[in-house]
Amino acid sequence: MALLQISEPGQSSSPHEHKWAVGIDLGTTNSLVASVRSGECLPLKDETGEVILPSVVRYLAGDEKQVGQLALANAELDPENTIVSVKRFMGRAAKDAKASFADLPYQFIGEEDALVALQTAQGTKSPIEVSADILTELKERAEKTLGDELKGAVITVPAYFDDAQRQCTKDAAELAGLKVLRLLNEPTAAAIAYGLDSGQEGIIAVYDLGGGTFDISILKLHQGIFEVMATGGDSALGGDDLDEAIVVWLKEQWQLTDISPRLSRVLTEAAKKAKEQLTDNDKTQIVVELDDQTSKEIELSKEQFEALVQTLIKRTLMACRRALKDAEIETDDVIEVVMVGGSTRVPLVREKVAEFFDKEPLTSINPDQVVAIGAGIQADILVGNKPDSELVLLDVLPLSLGIETMGGLTEKIISRNTTIPVAKAQEFTTFKDGQTAMAVHVVQGEREMVADCRSLARFELRGIPAMAAGAAHIRVTFQVDADGLLSVTAMEKSTGVQSSIQVKPSYGLSEEQIANMLKASMENAKDDIRARMLAEQQVEADRLYESLTSALDADGAAILPEAELAELRQSLEQLKSYRDNGTEEEIKQQISALDTLSQNFAAARMDLSVKQALAGQNVDEV
Amino acid sequence: MNYFELFDCPVSFDLDKSELTQRYHSLQKQCHPDKHANASEQEKLAIVQKAAQINDAFDTLKTPIKRAEYMLQLRGIDMQHETKTLQDPMFLMQQMEYRERLEDIKTSDNALDELMAFEDDVATERKAMLKQLQTQIEQLTEQADLAAADQIRKLKFIEKLQQELSRLEDELVEY
Repeated sequence: MALLQISEPGQSSSPHEHKWAVGIDLGTTNSLVASVRSGECLPLKDETGEVILPSVVRYLAGDEKQVGQLALANAELDPENTIVSVKRFMGRAAKDAKASFADLPYQFIGEEDALVALQTAQGTKSPIEVSADILTELKERAEKTLGDELKGAVITVPAYFDDAQRQCTKDAAELAGLKVLRLLNEPTAAAIAYGLDSGQEGIIAVYDLGGGTFDISILKLHQGIFEVMATGGDSALGGDDLDEAIVVWLKEQWQLTDISPRLSRVLTEAAKKAKEQLTDNDKTQIVVELDDQTSKEIELSKEQFEALVQTLIKRTLMACRRALKDAEIETDDVIEVVMVGGSTRVPLVREKVAEFFDKEPLTSINPDQVVAIGAGIQADILVGNKPDSELVLLDVLPLSLGIETMGGLTEKIISRNTTIPVAKAQEFTTFKDGQTAMAVHVVQGEREMVADCRSLARFELRGIPAMAAGAAHIRVTFQVDADGLLSVTAMEKSTGVQSSIQVKPSYGLSEEQIANMLKASMENAKDDIRARMLAEQQVEADRLYESLTSALDADGAAILPEAELAELRQSLEQLKSYRDNGTEEEIKQQISALDTLSQNFAAARMDLSVKQALAGQNVDEV
Repeated sequence: MNYFELFDCPVSFDLDKSELTQRYHSLQKQCHPDKHANASEQEKLAIVQKAAQINDAFDTLKTPIKRAEYMLQLRGIDMQHETKTLQDPMFLMQQMEYRERLEDIKTSDNALDELMAFEDDVATERKAMLKQLQTQIEQLTEQADLAAADQIRKLKFIEKLQQELSRLEDELVEY
């Protein structure tokens, strides 16, 4: 029980203070923010009463930008500078983006494997910055509605997102000034929204056809534990592809070649509208004005549309089949099917999913809002408003992690669908006499050839003591945290001299880059960057002070020798004094000093709490 | 703390899976990082490592082959980094026959039915082999332990075959 206290540090000072936290669904097409107010989680509205924010940002010359509806309305006018569905570019390498999205009106920047960026009227913008602009809009909306600063946010990502895509999402949130409590998989968020509503137990499937991604997750709900059994999908297949199928058909019908960026946007919007029309109608008229001002009109029937998208839907069902197999269950074991994403309104999608699982899918919560609502519920719990919550999410690694071996082959280190957090160690040895360095290449994906997988990081292990070939033992540990993010540590252990290195994957932003971008955006907003950074450190110091104090009060005497306990307490008081009178740098240093000093104590407490966790169960042991 | 100690259960091949799952859930309710979202960075690191250890322990204990391998490891037989190959001509011969059967199915007109039948056969054999493994593990003699290690090596062949069968099934079942 003692551990629960340290997880709720705010409790000791003011037990009834409500901390505002939000769930954000950062979607391909639309984004939403939701928060728990008076016990109920609802999406927050903007001034005009709209819940949905189109995920569109337009950069105008100068420093003006438009986000959401206004940007979308101008997309046809200014396609090159209006970034639509930026999520598709998150964490993608420049060469992949250039190859996959050649038809789009954007100018992609970047060398080969570097992260892609887009050329706009305001210069180069990375997908991280564009996403941060969307997040900032939602953050401001939330703070205006809730009337106070946000203490944290849960941001959702497709379950199938790889490490690079997740890291970029987290970077975007930090850039927007949000404290990320957790990256949550979208299907899991949807399951929370439904699961907590009904208190249901059993296996559920979440079919999530978002704008740009498709996810299928199989979850087991049992006494507050949400255990993801398997997840699968396709990060390059989504509702946008249904629209695209109509666009391709229109181009064929009208024999359009040489499409201008404007016309490309117009066609996409017309296709999307047609798709939506066909949900409740048997046919629809598509009217489009071409570049030469002439107007084209054509009728699209429901049957024609269904024929166009049939193969796409089939692909999603193949992924469902694989996920069931990975979870080692049959369709009969699934008690509910939850539908997520606007495109699950397409009747053929519902029909085929119902046929596959042999039951009517659940659609009672708005499929556009369900993810944000689930994320909002989780954020409320994580920020500490519900200390008694039983909810635990056991998520899985969506794609296998491996390293490159001889001949460009992949050796799997952690297989997909392994429950996270997970840590696996791998031993390496030298293959030449006197070798002092070696290169490790980490990849993510299921294919055997490295070239077919996503390259995550390349790093070098240096300072290996010169020895005969095969004598050095280098232990590399791959750790994936609850957000699905990877960190790698390496250690040479044969000589007793243990060197340890921390490796951050080569994409995403460094802390310095984030700080610089933050600074730039602050300067525009004429805000005081120093004041904000000091405030952030003070919050960090408060957090550490409260959690460590209550931990020491509870278990300090039992675990630590008197002298060490006294030293820790003294160091804590020092922190308090820096917090009130020190500079940002002093607080930061004291925090890190305390972190190091309390390392053994933290580990010993974990062991203690493990014993406590099972203590209740020994009684009725057989 | 070894994995059996972590889960506070006897070192035995015969574990009650539902009991094990319940303990796993209790441990994660205490140690999952989400339960410590506001802890300091240092604590978070300790928590993530502990949670990872619990996950690994659960995966090891619930999967019969991994559990057996782990028990042998506790008895001093480490199979993780071994380069030893299986010396059982009869068994290897049978594996070759299985491979041929797999190849034949790929070109058969009735591929899916034959594949299903093959999968059933292999599953039955695996079950029998696991039973044998349990007997070997429980004998607690060095000789039986070495036999168990060989049995595990064989079971890994079978698992690999099962994976290939399932991959072929994916190819055949075009939904």
